[in-house]
Amino acid sequence: MTTDTLDKKHTDTGTENGSWEGAEYPFKVGYGKLMIWYFLVSDAFTFAGFLIAYGTLRFSTVSWPVPDYVFSTFPILGPHHPLLFVTLMTFVLLFSSFTMIRAVQEGHRENRRGVVIWMSLTILGGAGFLGCQAWEWTTLIGKEHMSITTSPFGRHTEAGIYLDANGKESSEVFEMGTSYLIHKTAFASAAAEASEGHEAVEGKEPTHAAEGEEHEGPSYAAAGDYPDAIVDQRGYVHRKYIVSSGVDTGLIKSEPFGPKAFGALFFFITGFHGFHVFSGVIFLTIIMVNVISGIYIKRRNKNEMVEKIGLYWHFVDLVWVFVFLVFYLL
Amino acid sequence: MSHDYTASKKIALKTILILAAVTVVEVLVALTGKGYIIEGYHAPKVFMNAVMIAGSLYKAYLIVFEFMHMKYEARGLMMSVVLPVGLLFWAIISFLFEGNAWKNNRLFVKEREKMEVTNQQ
Repeated sequence: MTTDTLDKKHTDTGTENGSWEGAEYPFKVGYGKLMIWYFLVSDAFTFAGFLIAYGTLRFSTVSWPVPDYVFSTFPILGPHHPLLFVTLMTFVLLFSSFTMIRAVQEGHRENRRGVVIWMSLTILGGAGFLGCQAWEWTTLIGKEHMSITTSPFGRHTEAGIYLDANGKESSEVFEMGTSYLIHKTAFASAAAEASEGHEAVEGKEPTHAAEGEEHEGPSYAAAGDYPDAIVDQRGYVHRKYIVSSGVDTGLIKSEPFGPKAFGALFFFITGFHGFHVFSGVIFLTIIMVNVISGIYIKRRNKNEMVEKIGLYWHFVDLVWVFVFLVFYLL
Repeated sequence: MSHDYTASKKIALKTILILAAVTVVEVLVALTGKGYIIEGYHAPKVFMNAVMIAGSLYKAYLIVFEFMHMKYEARGLMMSVVLPVGLLFWAIISFLFEGNAWKNNRLFVKEREKMEVTNQQ
């Protein structure tokens, strides 16, 4: 009797078809694919943490710079083209996502040539995106002088009128909530290069940092208090203005730097995403080489490795959707 | 097999076109709402944000369920990925609330400091 019940139990738990030995895949995917999914979940939480930190800090300040003012430069066309360049970057990444899914589909058909063609296009897209990001960072760091601790982009918390070179009210009026960029004068970069060292001074012309910047008013020879601006030790020109709204009406103030966290958050989050793209390009290359070598054909699992790197690549695109939303659209 | 292949090829092309279209709409709404296209026109911020967030969530859905093939995976796998991510909604709400509280506290402290200065004079 006892043995009978035991036997019955065994059939209930599916021992006979080998479930306890791992013969069934409850999620109907291989180990590697399942684990890449869970890796992506954890990565999603990491990115969510960063983006939520951005939102929290943005909510905690009144002078957060407006994104379509900050990100408005386009190669050749110059400034005042809000969102154009990041939209281009989005399309580059979307395109590479499409070529990736085509590679996966060719992989299912065991079409080695198709996989290689579409994967190489994906790599090109990834590299193009990285190039765009490099240009964006170069503009922000080199021309607009943003760094991880200094944000020259700010936003007025009151209305006011800028002062002219004589310290009088000029015709430039701004409203509350207007964004501004604190420019840098040439003397600072010349001095920095001089202190940096010997060989740098002769080769480069000291005014290169001033190229492409709009020069308003006189150029400032040294740090100090001018009628229309305060120039700090590093050469940032904080323009002066008369407040025309709120409790401080009539007071003369100078433009403060934007929130400190802005640069750090921007460079860190887009940098972390860019690092994902970069490592994605590396892994894509490795797997493409393996596809060419024919190793995945021998495995007879419909190029699952291509599918796995595809999942990662789409995830990078997915993260960009949210980076695009949080940094540029909201 | 080959029929399957042509069908999925079509789906991929359709999905990428929808994704591109949603992105273009988002950017156009952003530019119009902030007065770059029609001079002086500003849409309410709440409306703009709703459009952006809805558009991005839709894009995320398309990427995960079509490109990443989640639609065709086992239900258990989908749940084990989607449900934990759902926790983030509360994280977003609570942390943004917290950030707002920091701002209010900071403004409050500033006001108090001003009052003390005027009292001393």
